[in-house]
Amino acid sequence: MELIFGYERKLPIERLAWLRVAAIAVTLLLLGGFWRLQIARSEYFSLLAERNRIRTTPIMAPRGLILDREGRVLVDNYPAFSVILVREYVPDTKAAREAIARGLQLDPTWLAERLEEYKEAPPFQPIVLKDEAALSDIAFIEAHQDDYPGLELLLLYRRRYPPGGLGAHLFGYVGEASKEEVAAGRSELGDIVGKKGVERHYNRILLGVNGERRALVDSQGREVRGPEYKPEYKPPVAGRPLRLTIDYDVQLAAERALEGRKGAIVALNPQTGDVLALASRPAFDPNLFAGRIPPEEWQRLMNDPDKPLLNRVIQAQLAPGSTFKIVTAAAALEEGLFEKPFTVQCNGSAVHYGRLFRCWIPEGHGRVGLHEAIVRSCDVFFYEVGKWLGIERLGAYARQFGLGRPTGIDLPGEEGGLIPSPEWKLRARKEPWIPSETVSVAIGQGPIMVTPLQLAHAIGGIAMGGRFVRPHLVLEPGNGTPEKATTQAPLKETSLLELTNGMWGVVNEGGTGAAARLPELDVAGKTGTAQLVGLDKLDQVKGQRAYTDNAWFVGLAPRRNPEIVVAVLLEHGEHGASAAPLARAVLQAYFEKKRRGAPLQLAGSHAATGGTP
Amino acid sequence: MPRSVRYREMDWLLLACVLLIAALGIAEIYSTTLTSPRFTGMHLRQLVWMGIGLALLFILARVDYHTWLDQAAWLYLAVLAGLVGVLLFGKELFGARRWIEVGGITFQVSEVVKLVIIIVLARYFSEVRAAQLSLADLAKVGLLAGVPMALIAAQPDLGTALTLVPIVATGVFLAGLRWKHAAILLVAGLLILPVGWHLLRPYQRERLVTFMNPGQNPKGPGYQILQSKIAVGSGGFWGKGTGKGSQNQLGFIPVRHAEFVMAAYGEEQGFAGVLLAMLLYLALLLRLVHNAETAPDRAGAFLVAGIASLLLFHLLVNVGMVVGLMPVTGIPLPLMSYGGSATVSTWLALGLVMSVRMRRFVNL
Repeated sequence: MELIFGYERKLPIERLAWLRVAAIAVTLLLLGGFWRLQIARSEYFSLLAERNRIRTTPIMAPRGLILDREGRVLVDNYPAFSVILVREYVPDTKAAREAIARGLQLDPTWLAERLEEYKEAPPFQPIVLKDEAALSDIAFIEAHQDDYPGLELLLLYRRRYPPGGLGAHLFGYVGEASKEEVAAGRSELGDIVGKKGVERHYNRILLGVNGERRALVDSQGREVRGPEYKPEYKPPVAGRPLRLTIDYDVQLAAERALEGRKGAIVALNPQTGDVLALASRPAFDPNLFAGRIPPEEWQRLMNDPDKPLLNRVIQAQLAPGSTFKIVTAAAALEEGLFEKPFTVQCNGSAVHYGRLFRCWIPEGHGRVGLHEAIVRSCDVFFYEVGKWLGIERLGAYARQFGLGRPTGIDLPGEEGGLIPSPEWKLRARKEPWIPSETVSVAIGQGPIMVTPLQLAHAIGGIAMGGRFVRPHLVLEPGNGTPEKATTQAPLKETSLLELTNGMWGVVNEGGTGAAARLPELDVAGKTGTAQLVGLDKLDQVKGQRAYTDNAWFVGLAPRRNPEIVVAVLLEHGEHGASAAPLARAVLQAYFEKKRRGAPLQLAGSHAATGGTP
Repeated sequence: MPRSVRYREMDWLLLACVLLIAALGIAEIYSTTLTSPRFTGMHLRQLVWMGIGLALLFILARVDYHTWLDQAAWLYLAVLAGLVGVLLFGKELFGARRWIEVGGITFQVSEVVKLVIIIVLARYFSEVRAAQLSLADLAKVGLLAGVPMALIAAQPDLGTALTLVPIVATGVFLAGLRWKHAAILLVAGLLILPVGWHLLRPYQRERLVTFMNPGQNPKGPGYQILQSKIAVGSGGFWGKGTGKGSQNQLGFIPVRHAEFVMAAYGEEQGFAGVLLAMLLYLALLLRLVHNAETAPDRAGAFLVAGIASLLLFHLLVNVGMVVGLMPVTGIPLPLMSYGGSATVSTWLALGLVMSVRMRRFVNL
């Protein structure tokens, strides 16, 4: 018990001592707080401070040019100003959003969606709001530099493709990296990457490395100017140019031949696998895709019944029709069917396995041998051959020739087609193989599908004596170009002679492909006519004739060791004979150029040059 | 003047600490003005206030502190009138009436209120003759402090109003508090919390919510705390050097010359500089406690202890805010933050301490 001295009594010392303890405790607590920030996490906060004070604006790298085999520029770039938004320096308010949408004439809901898309991205990451700034946009941005310092103009390079959809499916197009591509770590949000075609397959070569401009900014996002603050530059590295195997002159001939039609043309050099031309129609304008394609335009392209986005050269899977007779003939020759004289009497139709099979000429071809059967494209003859071979042997040869699976061309999205087998039918249709189907397959009808590229590759390889070179689009090796993979399935010399002479006859002996004839050239080929309906719908439309036939023609020259093979597909072409002149146009362009020894077209120009060398 | 009441009896060690801290503050204020034309010359103005404060300290040291204790009632009424005046005629700045203009000088009345409350409570506690406070005592003390608190909170300046709480708490603790009463106060306080939350202004609630859950509003209190932490953290051990802190110089630190001056200091002087400053503050506080212990009477002890607790609370709340341990409030850092009223009132408080100190051998 304390003694009370009243008013003058001093304070108990031990209570005051608690104040001392409190002072020490607070000091230690605060020093602990500083330690946590300045010692334990100093590097982290230094990084944040650095990010605060340095504003990094990308300097976009131009994509690599796409050239043809002679170095003519097919796809190049042009500079344009984009409007970008750096959210870090723009208050994210409704008023600001509305003002920006109004000032740049943007759809406010689109702007909101766009910002939502980037919600997770760091605030310093620029968002492209407009691909090509109009003068009014530039005026708006300059006038509101203080209100919205995060609104900037960014110089970037936009892709310029040939007009009129020339080579659209070959080149593909570029666009902003999708969420999936970003998630897979292949690209950054907002990157412009190849989406289709060569642009996509060789994206890594074509893609440049963006540079950077690093400038000091204050807390308002304004650049600090002054002699001691010079922005730093990291120059961009342009993408590497890509030299294609495409010959612009041949490509142009193919495009012109297909003008206004629906189909595909592919020209290869079967000796090297070089793709000389690759055209598909109807096409789209890749220039529309260079930035953000308007949704209506995209919908229109997606819903177009003519499927302009489909690259028919590698994605149209159709019955090959009579062009497949070359494969059937090759198989039978190799298997020795024609070692003894073999002829078939064609009366316009024949009955196999209790079913009537018609020839395409009702009156029949009379008695025909192999050569005559190829030249006149006699179905009845090949029914017999197919029946003799059986589906197993026929299918095995077709697969050896590269049919029924992707060729491995350096383009994304190639389809495999189908060469049927009893196992396939059991698996896919849960039904056993019916022998009568073999009879259809022998003439390229029924459950069999190929792409134009496969057909060019197969027929070209057969004409090379059984040497199949994988088609490819890039001239210079290296940089991820597929190796010149060659598959050997050697044919006997006698087989080769029969087949090439037969195909020569198709063109030069008044056969079905006479329209492909070029008098001074050794052109050979084979026509084909086949139902358009895909295999999956075959059952539903059986018997309906509403579906017009597709026309095929595969032409090559010269007939032995050809240096060019052209496959033409004409949808709704009625008969193979109508596809032959298109192949002739392409062959003509190729050989005329070779004769002249000079390109027909100047670089970058789409008009024919004069005749003087 | 009695022999024992001479300037050489002043606490020179204390004064040395104070002058050193003030010098660090002025140097840092100078650094924050380097890149901003808006702030040019602020360090000079702060220097002038410090000079005024120093002069007042010497004057106050000579005046017997009992003079103020005797006039406690009048002083109290005067500040109440002043606070009412602020509410009625005060200058509105940033949505709050905190300043009053007298003869062309604007000052914050609430800064003076703290001092007067310390004097009033010292007087009251020194007159309590029991070893422990009664409930009636507690009620009276609560009323004495509660009225000005309510008036300051109405400005609204909740931060400053709350600075009165540790003054009262320290006084009550030193005067003797029964456990039972402490428990009652605690329960009452907890019961008042939800009511208090209801009375808070939206921005005050936002500050508290932000403190609990930062990063919601990028430019709000969460942003300020983050920028402050970035500044301090990026300073590292040695700091970036005076005038070289990017957070400071480019204006990322909010009110970097005043409430957040410690963030600028931490960025540019690093942990080493912070250690120096904090040890100086600790030395200052320990000297104050020592002076309270050696005070010639209860009233003097209460006076000095009240001032010590006031400074300690400011230090905790302000520096705690800078390092992200406390919510954002407008409470300045004594002796370092820019600001006339706060600087002068701090020096006045130290003048009172000196007055007590110089009379420690006087037999009253």
